[in-house]
Amino acid sequence: MPTGLKGRNLLEPMDFSVDEMECLFRLADRVIEAPEQYADRCRGRLLATLFYEPSTRTRFSFEAAMLRLGGQVIGFSEPNSSSVAKGESLSDTVRTVACYADLAVIRHPKEGAPRVAALATDMPVINAGDGGHQHPTQTLTDLLTIRRERGGLGGLNIGVCGDLRFGRTVHSLIKALSRYPGMRFALISPEELMIPEYVRKEVLQKGGIPFDEVRMLQDVMPGLDALYMTRVQKERFFNEEDYIRLKDSYILDAEKMRLARPDMMVLHPLPRVNEIAVEVDADPRALYFKQARNGMFVRMALIMALLGVER
Amino acid sequence: MVIDSIAKGIVIDHIRAGYGMKVLEYLNIDTGVNTVALIMNAASKKHGRKDVLKIENITDIDLTALGLVDHSATVNIIENHVISRKIKLRLPDKVTNVIMCRNPRCVTSSESGIPHVFHLVDEASEEYRCEYCDDIVRAGAR
Repeated sequence: MPTGLKGRNLLEPMDFSVDEMECLFRLADRVIEAPEQYADRCRGRLLATLFYEPSTRTRFSFEAAMLRLGGQVIGFSEPNSSSVAKGESLSDTVRTVACYADLAVIRHPKEGAPRVAALATDMPVINAGDGGHQHPTQTLTDLLTIRRERGGLGGLNIGVCGDLRFGRTVHSLIKALSRYPGMRFALISPEELMIPEYVRKEVLQKGGIPFDEVRMLQDVMPGLDALYMTRVQKERFFNEEDYIRLKDSYILDAEKMRLARPDMMVLHPLPRVNEIAVEVDADPRALYFKQARNGMFVRMALIMALLGVER
Repeated sequence: MVIDSIAKGIVIDHIRAGYGMKVLEYLNIDTGVNTVALIMNAASKKHGRKDVLKIENITDIDLTALGLVDHSATVNIIENHVISRKIKLRLPDKVTNVIMCRNPRCVTSSESGIPHVFHLVDEASEEYRCEYCDDIVRAGAR
């Protein structure tokens, strides 16, 4: 069954309805069950990856997804190797790339850059992370992982811990999950890194979604269905002193895990620095590497859906 | 002070005292060509003090942004010496190139030539959201 997403952009999680997301997740489930059936779906199609900021897993994940679908990839992984170094505007770069490629994935340090790209072209544009703003394909990964572990979304108490101010994956995750019934959030962060006002007001308060803003991870651990850990991102700080002061604020280790439910999911968008101790990796509740694998499958589903080749 | 009534044009009354010049700037009227009277600090029963703007012979200017500058002002369109229409100002749902995004991380700070677009979030608190970065600003604090 087609997802109805052909030709669309994914700039932020709300661009797709809950039903459209569900179609995408079902497609991803089918890809996970029988990836060989999709090995030729994108033959003759070209994906452009425009990465104006460093990335390992997101870029590899998109490239692996396209290659596993039989398609090909062009692009750059740092802007100095492209005409951006000559001062070309983002709009012009995207217009040019649209002459060659069928679909573009953009990561950019400036917030809202993928929207500018989408306005410049009819080619579908996927936001692969824009500054500290949004990261909707990470959210697809997160939701697919929760859905596959729990059999559905909704009715969950989710703890989100770390850098909630600049952590773009957090903003996208809260926005996306806020549309499911019975959600509750525990927002665990230092005061300096609390969630942005637009998430608090426009998403949580406007949606009437219960949430608590707390400082200590230990205080909320026993009640959580899932804990989403994030990295305190050095590149989001204007000053290094603040970074050094706050970077070790929240570290998940085996001792804290003893406070958690036996089925609490531990999620992380990766890369991790030291916010999850390596000893937690062996805990069956640690799902972050499973998440990374799911990321490739859900991106395969997304690419097929936007190109209209999912059938 | 006496200023003649106008036969045709726009009278913007009950502008908050001190905001008359700002309103005039937003309307972007060529004061080198058109006859404009700006009365500042006039006595007002409603507000104590107010500014008033009279623009002669023009009735078709874009008032979209005016609600953002001062939505308590009243706009009267004058034709043949009488008020032909009263316009109630409200905060516009969307404004382009009126509020400029000040978030240094926003794409508008680096990509030239793109319009600064803001959407009304909350009328009571006069808050607007940047279309690109979602940064929220209060209309009065821009």
